[in-house]
Amino acid sequence: MDTKQIYEKYPANDPSILIPILQEIQETEGYLSEEEMQKVAGFTRLPVSRVYGVATFYNQFRLQPLGEYVIRVCRGTACHVKGSLDVLTTLENELGIKAGETTKDLKFSLETVACIGACSIAPVISINDEYHGHLTVKKIQKLLASFRKKTKED
Amino acid sequence: MRITINDKECWANPGETILTLAEREGIKIPTLCYLKGLSPTGSCRICVVEVEGQRNLVPSCAFPVYEGMKIKTNSPKVRRARKTIIELLIANHPQDCLFCVRNGNCELQSLAAEYGVQSLRYQGERRVRKQDVASPSILRDPEKCILCGRCVRICHEVQNVGAIDIVERGFKSYITPAFNNSLNTIPCVFCGQCVVNCPVGALSEKSHEKIVWNAINDPKKHVVVQVAPAVRVALGEEFGMEPGTVVTGKIVSALRRIGFDTVFDTNFSADLTIMEEATELLGRLNNGGVLPMLTSCSPGWIKYIEHFYPDCLKNLSTCKSPHEMQGALIKSYYAEKKKINPADIFVVSIMPCTAKKYEAQRPELGEDYQDVDAVLTTRELARMIKNAGIDFNKLNDDYFDDPLGESTGAAVIFGSAGGVMEAALRTAHYTLTGREMDNIDFRPVRGLEGVKEAEININGTCLRIAAVNGLKNIDHFLDQIKDGNSSYHFIEVMACPGGCINGGGQPLPSDPEKTEKRMQAIYKIDRELPKRGSHQNESVQRLYKEFLGEPNSHKAHELLHTHYLRRDIE
Ligand code: SF4
Ligand code: SF4
Ligand code: SF4
Ligand code: FES
Repeated sequence: MDTKQIYEKYPANDPSILIPILQEIQETEGYLSEEEMQKVAGFTRLPVSRVYGVATFYNQFRLQPLGEYVIRVCRGTACHVKGSLDVLTTLENELGIKAGETTKDLKFSLETVACIGACSIAPVISINDEYHGHLTVKKIQKLLASFRKKTKED
Repeated sequence: MRITINDKECWANPGETILTLAEREGIKIPTLCYLKGLSPTGSCRICVVEVEGQRNLVPSCAFPVYEGMKIKTNSPKVRRARKTIIELLIANHPQDCLFCVRNGNCELQSLAAEYGVQSLRYQGERRVRKQDVASPSILRDPEKCILCGRCVRICHEVQNVGAIDIVERGFKSYITPAFNNSLNTIPCVFCGQCVVNCPVGALSEKSHEKIVWNAINDPKKHVVVQVAPAVRVALGEEFGMEPGTVVTGKIVSALRRIGFDTVFDTNFSADLTIMEEATELLGRLNNGGVLPMLTSCSPGWIKYIEHFYPDCLKNLSTCKSPHEMQGALIKSYYAEKKKINPADIFVVSIMPCTAKKYEAQRPELGEDYQDVDAVLTTRELARMIKNAGIDFNKLNDDYFDDPLGESTGAAVIFGSAGGVMEAALRTAHYTLTGREMDNIDFRPVRGLEGVKEAEININGTCLRIAAVNGLKNIDHFLDQIKDGNSSYHFIEVMACPGGCINGGGQPLPSDPEKTEKRMQAIYKIDRELPKRGSHQNESVQRLYKEFLGEPNSHKAHELLHTHYLRRDIE
């Protein structure tokens, strides 16, 4: 995808556009690459260290591309009561990444979200917008295995 | 405005902060994030005080005074709050003082002592962070960082480089170049202003002490040392002397006792630089060369222009910086005279500067051998003197060796911002008119202001000049050059605010009052010298007669001049 049109919409040499332009680049690209952050630095005339500082300060910005499968762990109250923290740690251990990160092979991204409105099947996660509920450690392992296989077959 | 501070009535100026008032009244309030001359951020809160009528304690560095204000700067509540802040900082800090460069000169250590912190009340997870040791000048140890933000503000707001910033938030936050790169791979100019403003041991110079000791202890090596002008007005501070104490003679004694074989003065080459640079300037003026000419003796400034304004490189004087010239001469002229194989000579420069460490290893500085083999900061020299068991304060004065030891007043003022300009004018005037300036003291370029400008008429030629220090101040001039509408003939640039006297290798912490005193000392040395123009240096004249020919000769170009590189910003 091309970000050129995005830059054309904003005035050059204006540091105040930093956050909006980063948001828009992330919407188009899915994440903020080093290359784009360098470009934004040049465009706004801010040091790249400042662009990086701002990008890492806000949780909304992602500095790695999203994986093929995006796993979202619901951390709403209902899920919390039903042990969503265990779900999260299990996933973190299985995938070897922390929430907010993507596996090296770009297959899985792990994120936490506030209530996704499926409290009846808590604890729940979504994988690419498909819900999986009533989770246990065993179930999670099975689920991951099936998705890993899926990727291989493709 | 009438104000009561600690039960004492006093007068305050409208708009000033509680902190500046307290300072004037001789009341000590600790600070960490506050930097003189920059707007306060009020982030560390170590400077809190109690103000009657305010529910919470207020940060004195950011809080303006008002009529009738009643302030308590050291109440039990205030002391308790400060102590808690210190304890929290220490809880997240390696307890490494014994092995730390800042042991004995650390703001966190002194605060802990002043507030009676005697045990660890808080304990918890401590962040673990990698050191950045890759750069030739600066060592970063983020584990010791207390996140005061001083380095970031200096680098962005004063030096305009913006090499580092604070990233992430809360407990996870730390200081780093973008993308966790090393300082070595980004446009950091190695000025070391972050180092002299860091309260703790999180930033320091890359030490050359060990390789210098090794060279001294190697019987095959002939170790030659040289001392920059700004070192002699600052080193004394490391031994408890007043800022601005001149210790030139003691330094020579100390260097001999440490075991250096020959002790030269970089001031000699400062005079030589002026002969070369004034000739180059007059050449450019007469032959329609590129103007304005920009001075080239500050390696941090050189790296800045290479990264950020490569189009202006042709404006830079081609002169090497003085200690590099001296290194080249030690390994040629001096080696020939003494019949020593240059390969056996080890040249050490004592500099007020961290960027000179980086400069010394630039491949274009030295043909067969690196001109300079090691660079020690003023602070490192102080440590070596202590290691050698020398009682510095009791040393007698000694004198530099010949033939690279003689110097004039024009050389010593290189140490202060505006000095190179003044020295060059003295010699340009003499070259053009055949007589000395009516008034040798050229005051318009003296002082610590970031930009000083003047016009001077020499023999009908009107020269427009400027002396700039602190990198933020130079952009305006470089933009003019880039746009082709600069009306200047000659511009001096020093990377550090105030010049070398406030260099990144000088005794810590940086402080405008100390810098002022060092500057006074520099001009005092100049004033008291019998010869104050570089063209009067007889050893320099002899060097031209015996070895170089004349200024800007072919041989001079080979040994004393250099070229520059375009560098990407990335
Ligand atoms: S920075 Fe200060 S408190 Fe920390 S280890 Fe070094 S001397 Fe001790
Ligand atoms: S050495 Fe200078 S340019 Fe580099 S980080 Fe420190 S202040 Fe910034
Ligand atoms: S490195 Fe030093 S100056 Fe920079 S934030 Fe940390 S403690 Fe402060
Ligand atoms: S020194 Fe005042 S808040 Fe840090």
